[in-house]
Amino acid sequence: MIKVNGQEYAAEGLTVAELLERKGYDRTRVAVELNEEIVFKAQYDQTVIKDGDSVEVVSFVGGG
Amino acid sequence: MAAITKEEFRAALAARHGEELQRKFDAASVAICGLGGLGSNVAVSLVRAGVGRLCIIDFDTVDTSNLNRQQYFPDQLGRPKAEALRENLLRIAPYCQIEAHALRLTDENIPELLAPYPIICEAFDRADQKAMLVNRVLETMPEKYLVAASGMAGVSSANEIQTRRVSKRFWLCGDGHSDVAEGLPLISARVAACAAHEAHMILRIIAGELEA
Repeated sequence: MIKVNGQEYAAEGLTVAELLERKGYDRTRVAVELNEEIVFKAQYDQTVIKDGDSVEVVSFVGGG
Repeated sequence: MAAITKEEFRAALAARHGEELQRKFDAASVAICGLGGLGSNVAVSLVRAGVGRLCIIDFDTVDTSNLNRQQYFPDQLGRPKAEALRENLLRIAPYCQIEAHALRLTDENIPELLAPYPIICEAFDRADQKAMLVNRVLETMPEKYLVAASGMAGVSSANEIQTRRVSKRFWLCGDGHSDVAEGLPLISARVAACAAHEAHMILRIIAGELEA
């Protein structure tokens, strides 16, 4: 089990890119932190989420 | 010619804020990225508090569509926002040091331009640009304090707008979901409420209060 924005989710073993796709996020509009550390954009396809990890996806909408 | 000396101006701020807090505001340096409804209002709040040094950055010019919510005047239409806002801020706070850049922030120029500023305010309007800046700052300058905003369009209650501490040095203000792409309007008070959340979090960081 992992946590995504505080909610438990069965997604251990997925990469960050796979998690974003499964949850329907647009990767050009997000910032992702894994255990409070930024995941570099260029590392989304290689970064594997492990059991117990906590993922924070900040998804931006337009307006300012 | 300002009608008040630097010493008088500073004394008036210290009388309101207290000497200890004012000393922190005096010494603070903040970069504001994007000078629209968020950034222009954040800048006004920061200079009114007496923040000593600001960097204001936007590639755009003042347009009629900005006048409903942004801190510009009709006689500034067509002028670069960075330059027009610098003038307006200096009318409010004549002794603030303001560096104004009329340019577009990119992956390439962000690290160099923002390097001198310990606190960075994301105040863009486009979602992809917000993400670009936030990722670039968090990836290349982990020592920075970063305050960003997402979700302030529409006429929903302003009580939905909140500040959240995402991680140690990264805060996010807004309702998180109201998107102009869904055809929602941008209304002065709701956008300014979100800008006030950003500005107040920045002032709290300067004061040493890091919780949202």
